[in-house]
Amino acid sequence: MIRHVILRALSKLLIPLIMLFALYVQFHGDYGPGGGFQAGVIFGAAIILYALMFGLETAQRVFPPRVLEFLVAFGVLLYGSVGIDTIFLGGNFLDYGVLAHDAVHGQHLGILLVELGVGITVAAVMATIFFLFAGRGRRDV
Amino acid sequence: MIDVVHIVLFTFLAVIAIAIIRLRDLFAAVMLMGIFSLLSASLFTVMDAVDVAFTEAAVGAGISTILMLATLSLTTSKESTLYQRPQPLALIAVVLTGAALVFATFDMPRYGDPAAPIHHHVADHYIEDTDAEIGVPNMVTAILASYRGYDTWGETTVIFTACVGVLLLLGGGRTYYRWRHRDDPAAESDGP
Repeated sequence: MIRHVILRALSKLLIPLIMLFALYVQFHGDYGPGGGFQAGVIFGAAIILYALMFGLETAQRVFPPRVLEFLVAFGVLLYGSVGIDTIFLGGNFLDYGVLAHDAVHGQHLGILLVELGVGITVAAVMATIFFLFAGRGRRDV
Repeated sequence: MIDVVHIVLFTFLAVIAIAIIRLRDLFAAVMLMGIFSLLSASLFTVMDAVDVAFTEAAVGAGISTILMLATLSLTTSKESTLYQRPQPLALIAVVLTGAALVFATFDMPRYGDPAAPIHHHVADHYIEDTDAEIGVPNMVTAILASYRGYDTWGETTVIFTACVGVLLLLGGGRTYYRWRHRDDPAAESDGP
């Protein structure tokens, strides 16, 4: 845990903005640079900054390791189930065109869901790996 | 003008790479690797590959620097030096491999050459039909998530597998145990 007032106050200000930017990168990936992977990494960085500033224990109360481990698998499953869904709807695996009445709408929906899956997995993986590294040596970062 | 930017950035990259090899202080080496990634990201931006630059800046300069610092805090920040006699065979092997790689670059198309093979396989189809087929303005996203959706799923699985590996190696259920018993001083040590 870091006790410098300036660092703590600044990071309190920055962490919500970083998370908001991650969401922007996630959902604006269709229109500008970015996408699920980058958004996940940025969101993971926000969690790591929180853990550095306020201690590992506090961070793990906000983002419990159990929930993060669940999210790690959930993102991959979300991606895969979109693919299975397209098979059931009569298309090929990950052929999003069949997801909606219109092929282009289906593509939009499919890309949105798939990128969301990637983002969730990457953010959870980054936070989990950092928690494991940081929790190994000392009880507090 | 843009060539000058390329040359300056590549020179910086080479200088930093040599500095990383020469340094014995691992903390400084990790910092320099972060700078190396940031410079690569600027290089990608100059080459108009914004999505790649974004990833490089976020992953290379951000997350991997933090993870390596976390590793250093668990081990030591000084590289242990062990004097070894110069090995001529190793030097010859390295020089030969390097020469072969440099020789191979003569066959590569010039940067941005429109006649390069990579621009004539499926790239034409992507550039012409993305707007009608996918309707997403960012072509990189369209290719990654839709045309190459299967590859991206594989990449996500790779990240998932990496996390499972780290969990098995470092976690071992202890993290959760410790968190669950965080108010219990008896569970201070390793857990089950």
